Amino acid sequence: MTRQMTGAKMVVQALKDQGVDTVFGYPGGAVLPIYDEIFQQNDIRHILVRHEQGAVHAAEGYARSTGKVGVALVTSGPGATNAVTGLTDALLDSIPILVLTGQVPTFMIGSDAFQEADTVGITRPCTKHNWLAKDTDTLAETLHQAFHVAQSGRPGPVLVDIPKDVQFANGTYTAPEKSDTSIYAPETKGDITAINELVEALEKAERPVFYTGGGVINSGPKASKLLRELVDATGIPITSTLMGLGAYPASGENWLGMLGMHGLYEANMAMHDCDLMINIGARFDDRITGLISAFSPGSKKVHIDIDPSSINKVIPADIPIVGDVESVLTDILKVWKARGRTVNREAIAKWQSQISDWRKVECLKYVQEGKTIKPQYALERLEALTKDHDRYITTEVGQHQMWAAQYLGFEDPNRWMTSGGLGTMGYGTPASIGAQVAHPDSLVINVAGEASWLMNMQEMGTAVQFRLPVKQFILNNERLGMVRQWQELLHGERYSHSWSEALPDFVKLAEAFGAKGILCSDPDDLDDAIMEMINYDGPVIFDCLVEKHENCFPMIPSGKPHNEMLLGEASTQGVIQAGGAVMV
Amino acid sequence: MAALKIKKGSTSHSAYNLRPNFSDEVETHTLAVLVDNEPGVLARVIGLFSGRGYNIESLTVAEVDHTGHLSRITVVTTGTPQVIEQIKAQLGRIVPVHAVHDLTVEGASVERELALFKVAGTGEKRVEALRLADIFRANAVDSTLESFVFELTGTPSKIDAFADLMRPLGLIEVARTGVAALSRGAE
Ligand SMILES: Cc1ncc(C[n+]2csc(CCOP(=O)(O)OP(=O)(O)O)c2C)c(N)n1
Ligand SMILES: [Mg+2]
Repeated sequence: MTRQMTGAKMVVQALKDQGVDTVFGYPGGAVLPIYDEIFQQNDIRHILVRHEQGAVHAAEGYARSTGKVGVALVTSGPGATNAVTGLTDALLDSIPILVLTGQVPTFMIGSDAFQEADTVGITRPCTKHNWLAKDTDTLAETLHQAFHVAQSGRPGPVLVDIPKDVQFANGTYTAPEKSDTSIYAPETKGDITAINELVEALEKAERPVFYTGGGVINSGPKASKLLRELVDATGIPITSTLMGLGAYPASGENWLGMLGMHGLYEANMAMHDCDLMINIGARFDDRITGLISAFSPGSKKVHIDIDPSSINKVIPADIPIVGDVESVLTDILKVWKARGRTVNREAIAKWQSQISDWRKVECLKYVQEGKTIKPQYALERLEALTKDHDRYITTEVGQHQMWAAQYLGFEDPNRWMTSGGLGTMGYGTPASIGAQVAHPDSLVINVAGEASWLMNMQEMGTAVQFRLPVKQFILNNERLGMVRQWQELLHGERYSHSWSEALPDFVKLAEAFGAKGILCSDPDDLDDAIMEMINYDGPVIFDCLVEKHENCFPMIPSGKPHNEMLLGEASTQGVIQAGGAVMV
Repeated sequence: MAALKIKKGSTSHSAYNLRPNFSDEVETHTLAVLVDNEPGVLARVIGLFSGRGYNIESLTVAEVDHTGHLSRITVVTTGTPQVIEQIKAQLGRIVPVHAVHDLTVEGASVERELALFKVAGTGEKRVEALRLADIFRANAVDSTLESFVFELTGTPSKIDAFADLMRPLGLIEVARTGVAALSRGAE
């Protein structure tokens, strides 16, 4: 049966056929036909954001918390350019989203028409792939291909630019199963010879460590399950990147905590001193490796990644395995079990006792005294009071983000959403909205810094309009704290423009939006205030006034190896030397 | 012409091809990239090189299979072995890229480039230019009383050599196509 319909109707039909229940968007002239179709149906819910950047981050929050493709719909020109930051964010963190943009009619393309922008050109480097849909007859197939590309292989953002005349014209609808998705078919099964080699190395290793990343979460819940099985059966310690938190539970026996620039001492020391490093779905990012020439000098390195370009990009792999984490872990477990479930128990016990010694350093120790709330204390209390809830956490970018990663515990995948690769201030509020839309009855908290929070605060309007009870937990140090920390460590305490002189009254701001505002400045009031936030049935802005000059430790200064971490306030002046200073 | 048989979308190769070779020596490689002949695909390839800071020594592109809508991009690039591996892997990631062949490592290949040279002059120089063109098997495809346009096909180094010889004889303009390359043999 061939089905004739307008391009605009096809968009809605394709979304339905792909199982989409929610679209985050903002209308404008070039998408009016699509909005008209959205108006005339009830299957797809449209969440009206307040800024297109918000739509894309909300789609990311939706995608990260569900594993499904997040969808955003924006108009041409400024609508499309406002989506660029979100697209780049999703590209760097490998998040599957589809952005639909309106475009001026095909016969006006190239004429500098009103609200014309070369959207496909602008977004080419910040999408996994993008399309200009020039013909209504092929529009549906393009949309189905877009979904396919977004979620297969290494996931990422895709964009389909749809001229207005294509939306109005009639054409034949192609169903998903009739669409040619063979255009993109990345390999998912790992090379079995390499997997055997890995198992052999694992059996003999004396100081092995798993180093896992967002790829485990992207691979799906089954991958996390297999990872837990492998880790617990072998007793090998495991650390994770910022992106991978929750794949292995924070309460798990073999958990070392996060690694990297602000990672835990024991995690970074284990990475430095290990003899076998098994990287699963992580990419040797510069926040992880520190000084490359001194990165884990004595280890054999296994790298499992679905993207061949990740392998050998930064750190040479001794055993490279290209494949999907779930499939590769299945094979590893199969081979390891078949060969008799061997590990070097004696050596690993010694390794674990070494790790226990490192743990004794208590690298996350801080002092809460007096009448000022330490940000770490605020997060410890937040953790204690919310960990038994069905909870999703998003963050902004800065010190608060690193403290959240250090002091909150994640027991499951898809519960933690943060801008890792791009480090986008303004990510957290819209992401919390996306997660709350997907999980209406869960507790969704955005751990924010006051400066980041102001970057997309307009989305409080979205939260109020759609009755999304998101909790904005702002650690307000009245500083661009992370910038201030670097200026202290690197630029002789010359605090150039790292604070704002005119912060709003966040409680009044909450009220102005129709939300609830809570201010807390006394450690003794903190628990009650947090409980008030949790128990309030609606969106809350929580202004938590914290110590203004707290630094985030541990820290590996740029250009230093893992075993030269800074642990505390002692000797932090001039620690970043010329070589490290040029790095970000 | 029938559609070429190329496995679509496949960018994987044995993981053993990925064993690292991190030498510092800069090598020149000729890559053949088979792509869907669709708008923007060349921009994707060029954008990859500029965005990631890779070199392009020469680049040619044309449709090679009309029915299958396939184009062949031949890129000559330079880099350390690690960079060359990255370039190939990054090219392989582009959705409309069907296959990436490194002609420099995948056995023997032939490389050809076409160039046009405008040489102006009279008297002794003009005679010498014509004599050298003959030795290089270049054809005069245009001539006036004081100029020639020569057409020459050959390896890039042969074309370089001819350009060097023509320069003192009145070379005023060169147009080069860039390299086209194929592997030798039946495969
Ligand atoms: C869009 C954007 N602009 C600038 C930066 C650089 N930057 C990183 S952290 C930071 C300060 C963040 O301040 P705040 O949100 O208050 O968090 P804090 O570090 O104080 O916890 C800045 C400016 C960024 N990451 N993103
Ligand atoms: Mg701050």
